[in-house]
Amino acid sequence: MSYLPYALAVWLFVVGLYGVVTSKHLIHLAVCLVVMQSSTYVLLLTIGYVEGGTAPIFADVPKGTRAVDPVVQALTLTDVVVSVAVSALLLAMAIQVKRRTGTQDPDQLHVVEG
Amino acid sequence: MSRTVRLGLFAVSAAGLAALLLWGVAGLPDFGHYVGPYGYVLNAVAVNERHATNVVTATTFDYRGFDTLGEEFILFAAGLGVALLLRDVREGSERPVEGVLNDAVRLVGIAFVPALLAIGLFIVAHGLITPGGGFQGGVILASAFLLVWLAGEYRAFRKLTPEAGVDLAKGAGAGGYVVIGMAALLLGHAFLHVFGPLGTAGKLASGGSLLLLNIATALEVSAAFVLIFTEFLEELAARRLAGRG
Repeated sequence: MSYLPYALAVWLFVVGLYGVVTSKHLIHLAVCLVVMQSSTYVLLLTIGYVEGGTAPIFADVPKGTRAVDPVVQALTLTDVVVSVAVSALLLAMAIQVKRRTGTQDPDQLHVVEG
Repeated sequence: MSRTVRLGLFAVSAAGLAALLLWGVAGLPDFGHYVGPYGYVLNAVAVNERHATNVVTATTFDYRGFDTLGEEFILFAAGLGVALLLRDVREGSERPVEGVLNDAVRLVGIAFVPALLAIGLFIVAHGLITPGGGFQGGVILASAFLLVWLAGEYRAFRKLTPEAGVDLAKGAGAGGYVVIGMAALLLGHAFLHVFGPLGTAGKLASGGSLLLLNIATALEVSAAFVLIFTEFLEELAARRLAGRG
């Protein structure tokens, strides 16, 4: 079953992408993008996992204990923060779109206004 | 492009993407058999080199310190973007009166605020020792302010988070990170290189300048989140006032 976490990451990415493509509401679209991004957390943490490894924190376990990769964990931390920042920005844009055009359906937004 | 054409195009490219992803996944190491070497190297050296027992935080602020600088500015820019998109439209609009709420909800909500603040500060302060750090603690600190609003004290929330103060904290957090990095340059090290007394691993005052970077990050993150919360809450308040929400 060693491929299962990778398959989960791929599934999350694809299902999120499907949501983005078929979305009929900008808020729904932003949420789908968050689902897509969450696949990267699974992928990163999966890559760094060491069988039987503990968290890379040596406060109460001795130095040299088998631990998982701290680099991908730091990357995931970055990833989560970026995800939040991006979704906040997207939601603010969705509010502005609603205010200016009166619709939240991406299909109705044909004209790009300068 | 019509919906059908777009979906057709998606189906074709999704098949290609799926093949590519499967091909990529097939080449990855088996789950649980990480090949390294960076993770192993950091786990072996970080505690001795940086006197930080939380290697994830040491990686974030030291070994990947420059990336974290970029990340902080992503958050900075996003907060700025949200404020730019939402703030000016509301300018001069009225502020809503206090929402009527159950006294028990209000009391319990407010009672949890100091607890949440304490947990946030604890997580920030122990960032180099146990799980946590500036990012996680900063978010908890910001949510303590949000709890003030949830408990129904809209005015108190706005009083606790004056725009000038939040903007200053946000700028100081992001700018402070750069200043600490520059200080390393002045001391003859590389940009963002760790300096200062490293202390004893596992004690609160350990990690030298990493601790300062951690605190600057906490400031930036909590201010950015409070700013984002404020903008959306003001939006909601303006809508309620106009009777639309």
